[in-house]
Amino acid sequence: MIPSMPRPLAYRLIYGAYVTLFFVYLALPLAVVAVFAFNDSVFPALPWEGFTWNWFFGDARPQIGVFHERRILRAIGTSVLVGACVSALSLVVGTSNAFLFNRYRFRGRGLLYVLMLLPLVIPGIVLGISILVFSSTVANAAWDAWEWDLVALRPGLVLVILGQFSFITTIATLVISARLQKFDRSLEEAALNLGAGRLTAVRTVTLPFLAPALVGAFVVAFLMSFENFNTTLMLVGSDAPLTIAMFDRLKEGSTPLLNAVSLLLMLGSSVLALTMIVFQRR
Amino acid sequence: MRAGTRLGFVLLIAPLLLWLVLLIVIPHVDLALLSLRERVGVGEYAVSMANYRTFLDEPLYLWTFLRTAVMAVLATAITLVIGFPVSFYIAKIARGRVQSALFLLCLVPFWVSELVRTFGWMILLRETGLISGLLQWLGLTDGPVEMLYNDAAMMVGLVYTSMLFMVVPLVTTLESLDDGIIEAGYDLGGSGPSVLREIIIPHAVPGIVAGSIVVFMLSLGNYLTPTMLGGKDSLWFTELIYSQFIVRFNWELGAAFGFLLLVLSSVIVWAMLRLTGQTLEKTMGSA
Repeated sequence: MIPSMPRPLAYRLIYGAYVTLFFVYLALPLAVVAVFAFNDSVFPALPWEGFTWNWFFGDARPQIGVFHERRILRAIGTSVLVGACVSALSLVVGTSNAFLFNRYRFRGRGLLYVLMLLPLVIPGIVLGISILVFSSTVANAAWDAWEWDLVALRPGLVLVILGQFSFITTIATLVISARLQKFDRSLEEAALNLGAGRLTAVRTVTLPFLAPALVGAFVVAFLMSFENFNTTLMLVGSDAPLTIAMFDRLKEGSTPLLNAVSLLLMLGSSVLALTMIVFQRR
Repeated sequence: MRAGTRLGFVLLIAPLLLWLVLLIVIPHVDLALLSLRERVGVGEYAVSMANYRTFLDEPLYLWTFLRTAVMAVLATAITLVIGFPVSFYIAKIARGRVQSALFLLCLVPFWVSELVRTFGWMILLRETGLISGLLQWLGLTDGPVEMLYNDAAMMVGLVYTSMLFMVVPLVTTLESLDDGIIEAGYDLGGSGPSVLREIIIPHAVPGIVAGSIVVFMLSLGNYLTPTMLGGKDSLWFTELIYSQFIVRFNWELGAAFGFLLLVLSSVIVWAMLRLTGQTLEKTMGSA
């Protein structure tokens, strides 16, 4: 079973084949999506009609490429905006949470910690509808009481950001807490002894130590926001982020345009993930 | 606490409370209240169990609920069975560079959106898809085969989508198992299956639980995969929630459905933790 225990050749061959098959299974759908982005046909399907770049750069019907397709480009912009807001917010709250749970012992700490973890075990669609319901309760109450029209609380980008933030913060908190636990408090105390104020000590000693986790949490939050579907689906208004825009497209019928967008997404997230790994190594 | 740390404490706990109270606790209470509301006239509402009665009286709703639960458990079990040998291989058999390369390879598919993964399976499985083409080319079938829009296709998609969340915790726990203990098991006369049953699986329980909880949750709450890969008969409970909220605009019934989904997932997660003697803090904190 382990290398130090010799096993029959047949056993090892079958095991090796199984693992290989598993990785083929993992790679196949993505490889297929990538390859058909270059098919010179209006369907991402067989037969193969030849190689083309049109689904990226084409500007004439029926092959309008990604870079000439307004709706997709706008959706990418929306997703980037939402992702940046969500990651920034959850990074701030996540860091604050990590410090709270690491530095303070208080009554109700255990309960709050479990509550903090809960968003991970609530189905995304339920998070979405609960925020939708509550925000419209508030918006309706504001209208009934003072005739204020709180547009921000109607389905739209603000709600999408809040909805994604509500569970991504948990992940940011866990990532940052894991690193903060490894921090040696005596370094901070040394800074205090040398005359630094508490805030200066945290800013010049603790935060630089946390930097890799902060970058990691930001990237993870951004990617999770970018690819989130369930929560977003329930809260989206007229400005659709990319996953929703692609979903609407896919329901109408697919063209290799979607493959091209998907390929760009794969490249984008690999670059981000690699950046993160490089940062972690430093 | 000194005055300074007291202020720090308040500043640190404020964002946490704002987040949890405003975005998690109150919205779910509001959802529960809405699900208990019945429309009795224009703009008039009464508290009642009517929405839950509708759920119990309409066979389609109840059936979909049970079916979703069973299928999500099944998807979790299949993911575990497929993922376990691979995790073991990565944790215990592969060494050095190969080990980290295989582990990274496992992660890569999950950095792209679920939509892209589902789309990939659509291209593979549909009538004009690659697998159908391959079968025809091999002469195994005469005409195109439609493999999309049924439960099997949906299951393939669900398992694929959640594989990462099973493999990562499994690899982490299996790595912490000392090779010497496995060897000792053999030295004491154990065979492959008995070592697996008596040593490896008990050691991997925390990883199995963490992975299963996440995979179950993701499958139960999935909307995209059942919609895109499942057929007319593979209705998923989330699709009912979506249609009540967005298509029919019956928020009261939709809220009841949402609440039921939440209760179902909590009960199963709780049962899983109880049966294996784990806690949420331990499992999620490590995952």
